[in-house]
Amino acid sequence: MSDRLYSRDHEWVEVNGDIATVGISDHAQDQLGDVVFVELPETGRAVARNEQACVVESVKAASEVYAPVAGEVVEVNGALVDDPARVNADPHGEGWFVRLRIDEPGQLADLMDEQAYRAYLAELE
Amino acid sequence: MSAEADLTTTPLSNLHRDLGARMTPFAGFSMPVRYPAGVIAEHTHTRRAAGLFDVSHMGQIRLTARGGGGVERAAAALERLTPGDIKALRPGRMRYTQFTDERGGILDDLMVTSMGDHLYLVVNAATGAGDVALLEAGLSGDCEIEVLERRALVAVQGPKAVAAVARLIPDAARLTFMQAATWSYEGERLPISRSGYTGEDGFEISVPGHAAEAFARRLLGEDEVEPAGLGARDSLRLEAGLCLHGHDIDETTTPVEAGLAWSIRRRRGEEGGFPGAEAIRRQLAEGPPRRRVGLRPLGRAPVREGAAIRGPSGKRVGAVTSGGFGPTVGGPVAMGYVEASLAAPGTALELELRGRGAPAEVTALPFVPPGRRGGGREAEGGRR
Repeated sequence: MSDRLYSRDHEWVEVNGDIATVGISDHAQDQLGDVVFVELPETGRAVARNEQACVVESVKAASEVYAPVAGEVVEVNGALVDDPARVNADPHGEGWFVRLRIDEPGQLADLMDEQAYRAYLAELE
Repeated sequence: MSAEADLTTTPLSNLHRDLGARMTPFAGFSMPVRYPAGVIAEHTHTRRAAGLFDVSHMGQIRLTARGGGGVERAAAALERLTPGDIKALRPGRMRYTQFTDERGGILDDLMVTSMGDHLYLVVNAATGAGDVALLEAGLSGDCEIEVLERRALVAVQGPKAVAAVARLIPDAARLTFMQAATWSYEGERLPISRSGYTGEDGFEISVPGHAAEAFARRLLGEDEVEPAGLGARDSLRLEAGLCLHGHDIDETTTPVEAGLAWSIRRRRGEEGGFPGAEAIRRQLAEGPPRRRVGLRPLGRAPVREGAAIRGPSGKRVGAVTSGGFGPTVGGPVAMGYVEASLAAPGTALELELRGRGAPAEVTALPFVPPGRRGGGREAEGGRR
């Protein structure tokens, strides 16, 4: 999708009205390798921007997923608990983590669009 | 990137690049942590068929008695540094042992093979320089100590390893577990042992560096064999209950605490004559204050090295030394040390996980039953 936005920590956000769906980028899942465990927040929890929202663990290590924007957790992808490999197989689709009701839409302006994110990745190489 | 320039590459580095490996610095070497298939696929393939591992970072050392003293003299000398029964090693046999310090702590663990006229040692990469210094200081009067540089070490592990290796070197199939011999392959002399670090049947093959890539490519051309990286090697050895030096064993743990007392034969326990013999003898007689145990977290979250282990009263009783996800187990697995009174399988404990307590149970090791063949009873890196 062209309106997908990215954080410098490799989360993506897709906004629909005041709801932001959050996941990790294809680059992030590739860096992690096989995902074996995902810990999701309680719905109703308010998360600040850049606050840890989820934990994602590969065979080797645990990593944090940060909220790219502040909001209230309105839905979590419970399917990841039983099938964490979805994060690898379809990071931009079935591998989504949480949906947030956004507090401050203005925060989206600080995120990168697809093109900027690609340039950012190229810089990291 | 700049730090990578300082890393040593193995003779298989071109192969790793061609295979699309993700490389990682490990003990001063640039090593493949995984290939495009990924850790779980590499792990699973090794358990079902055969994985090929580059373990060239391991140190290979040849010990030869000076003045034509024979392998018995080299064995007697090496016993001054290890509690292993090296003198009893017959030609073509290998044994797992440790270098100990004066307190009985483990400086490194190693495999010792009698090649008939000399001893062949395989030591850990991270401690190789220290091991050589130890050997020089302790044995140089009696033994020639030759570090075999520019040799690759290739491990082929899994139930189908024997079929694949035997197509290249038919005689290798005659080896039983913990046996070794040298055969020629395309003009190169290859010391081969039936051993490994995965809990599976398999071989470790020492190959001159210049011949290593062609040899590895030939093995990868066999249907059963796929490349596997250090990530899979770690999850395989953890499921097999095998120790990783610097994590599950180190200077602060004795072989008795680590559950490696099986590697100290009775003669050595009685006679002593190695560093830390007093401390180890006392622990053998009285039992150690703590023991290495298998830990099975009851939830799904992996518990990692360093996590505190708490007993029934909430008191800290030890720490996790290795932990992660076991692909064959299908869940989290860990090892750690606990007070001896809490070491019985079935004991309920709590592991600290992100500020909470994750329930876990002490579990007999290994987590996955060994798939190895042949007659030997000794496991590398061990368990009993």
